[in-house]
Amino acid sequence: MVRNTTLGSRTFDMANIVILGLLLISCIYPLWYTFCVSISDKSAANAGLVTIYPIGFSLTPYKEIINDRLFFNAFWISIQRTVLGTSFSLLMTVLMAYPLARPKKDFKMRNTFMWILVFCMLFNGGLIPWYLTIQNYHLINTIWALVLGGGVPVFDVILIMNFFRNLPKELSEAAVVDGAGPWSILFRVYIPCSIPVLAAVALFLSVYHWNEFFNGLVLMNTSDKYPLQTYIQQLVVNIPVGTNLTPEQYKKLSELSNRTLNSAKVFIAMVPMLIVYPFLQRYFVSGIMLGAVKE
Amino acid sequence: MRKLGHQKHYYLMLLPGMVWLVMFSIVPMFGILMAFQNYNPGAGLLQSQWVGLENFKYMFQLNDSKTVIVNTFIIAVGKIVLNLLIPLIFAILLNEIRSLRYKKLVQTVVYLPHFLSWVILSTIVIGIFGYYGVVNTVAGMFGFDPKLFMADSGIFRQLLIGTDVWKEFGYNSIIYLAALTGINLNLYEAAAIDGANRWQLIRHVTLPALTTTVVLLGVLSLGNVLNAGFDQVYNLYNPLVYSTGDILDTWVYRLGLQNLQYSLATAAGLFKSVISFVLIFISYRLAYRYADYTVF
Repeated sequence: MVRNTTLGSRTFDMANIVILGLLLISCIYPLWYTFCVSISDKSAANAGLVTIYPIGFSLTPYKEIINDRLFFNAFWISIQRTVLGTSFSLLMTVLMAYPLARPKKDFKMRNTFMWILVFCMLFNGGLIPWYLTIQNYHLINTIWALVLGGGVPVFDVILIMNFFRNLPKELSEAAVVDGAGPWSILFRVYIPCSIPVLAAVALFLSVYHWNEFFNGLVLMNTSDKYPLQTYIQQLVVNIPVGTNLTPEQYKKLSELSNRTLNSAKVFIAMVPMLIVYPFLQRYFVSGIMLGAVKE
Repeated sequence: MRKLGHQKHYYLMLLPGMVWLVMFSIVPMFGILMAFQNYNPGAGLLQSQWVGLENFKYMFQLNDSKTVIVNTFIIAVGKIVLNLLIPLIFAILLNEIRSLRYKKLVQTVVYLPHFLSWVILSTIVIGIFGYYGVVNTVAGMFGFDPKLFMADSGIFRQLLIGTDVWKEFGYNSIIYLAALTGINLNLYEAAAIDGANRWQLIRHVTLPALTTTVVLLGVLSLGNVLNAGFDQVYNLYNPLVYSTGDILDTWVYRLGLQNLQYSLATAAGLFKSVISFVLIFISYRLAYRYADYTVF
């Protein structure tokens, strides 16, 4: 880069470092704050005394959580859902991406299927028909509603399809000469060549499943079936629909929540994300670029 | 030819995915018929009474529908514009940082909020902006009275847009940063020899290099004009801020799954789906024509 050492240039550098530093703090502080509230003394936290460090010290919320069956239950449901949902969607994605990556002369119906896929991606029946359909399949209250609900992410199919198409033709041609059929080309040539992309997609899928709360809320009728995010969501002040609320009542309602305990639960829900994040980071940049840039 | 014999395997590979699409995406589309019926769950889709466009007429007569459409539009457009501009400014500033380690650190940290759910983040936002939150505590030190931010319809939209931009600016900047690495460094040197200062370098070399990306992202975001972000709004709002914070998706949810007005909610949902579909279609067309961008 050009070396530029005028006063204006150095002022710019300093200001820039400070601005980016503030942005950095803005992204990390909310997490730190939550942690501080969770280990602070309950009355200090409720009175809003915690700002940049914990006030008092108490692990009571964490001790309470250890005995909270519902919390661990929700945590376990989320883990199951993430593992099952990610594997299911990834398998579907890869299986669909391969035939669609064939040129039209190899696979005559390719474009028809492509249009169906794109139409399903862009248009949907809306909330109520979707809900009633799942109800008709008797999936309500089962983990399959959550696993299958994530289903076939059409956008990821297209992403992987585009990647497959850019693999050199010689690869599959050589495999055909060696007598390989479509299944062994897919599993023994294409998939091994696409591990970084598949890892990126798998990570996005698992982040989706871990973070999703709405299907849990709508498709599960009892709180012991909730995944973690839905469980956490229920901790936030829940105001019945159609109530005419005054600001004073709202304030009272929000005072009722147990801030230290809720913060501890939120913090624990973040931990898995914070642990995988450093590993994840390598892949998501390539993932987002894949979606954006094509030959 | 042997390759044509592969076709049945291609169908077989597509089968599970297509079964899923039919079951979970296409079958629900038939449920749209409900929007033209007075749907009775006991009678089912085939036996319910047909009412033509009554549900749509009724929907637009409701005061809520106008509020909700206006809110959705304002919040969504605010998010679209700022989610294009703030990451752009951030990417340019980050690009000017000389210390590689500092750059890496900032990047790593600002991507993080994108990966946390709105359930988690809204709990934190409520904790920070709540009556006993840190904002009021700090304001109190300077002699301000505490405020109920979360129940103030006057600032709720700004709060929604602001927190969304905060969550996504790092992540959205990735694509700009990638475009920046593509700039030929000779351009900077040539401009510097011509006497350009830092600001002029940014203005005449960096910015033009990003214009295509900004325009493309802008066009593609057209389809989101009616997507104001269900997860965020649902987890942050309360009845006190319905007047400025209620959006189409949250309204449909309340109408349908809480008030059980299936037909009305389906009509509202259909209205949204159709407009969004048309907008996305147009935006992809434009992106293809002007930026040579294709989705498939």
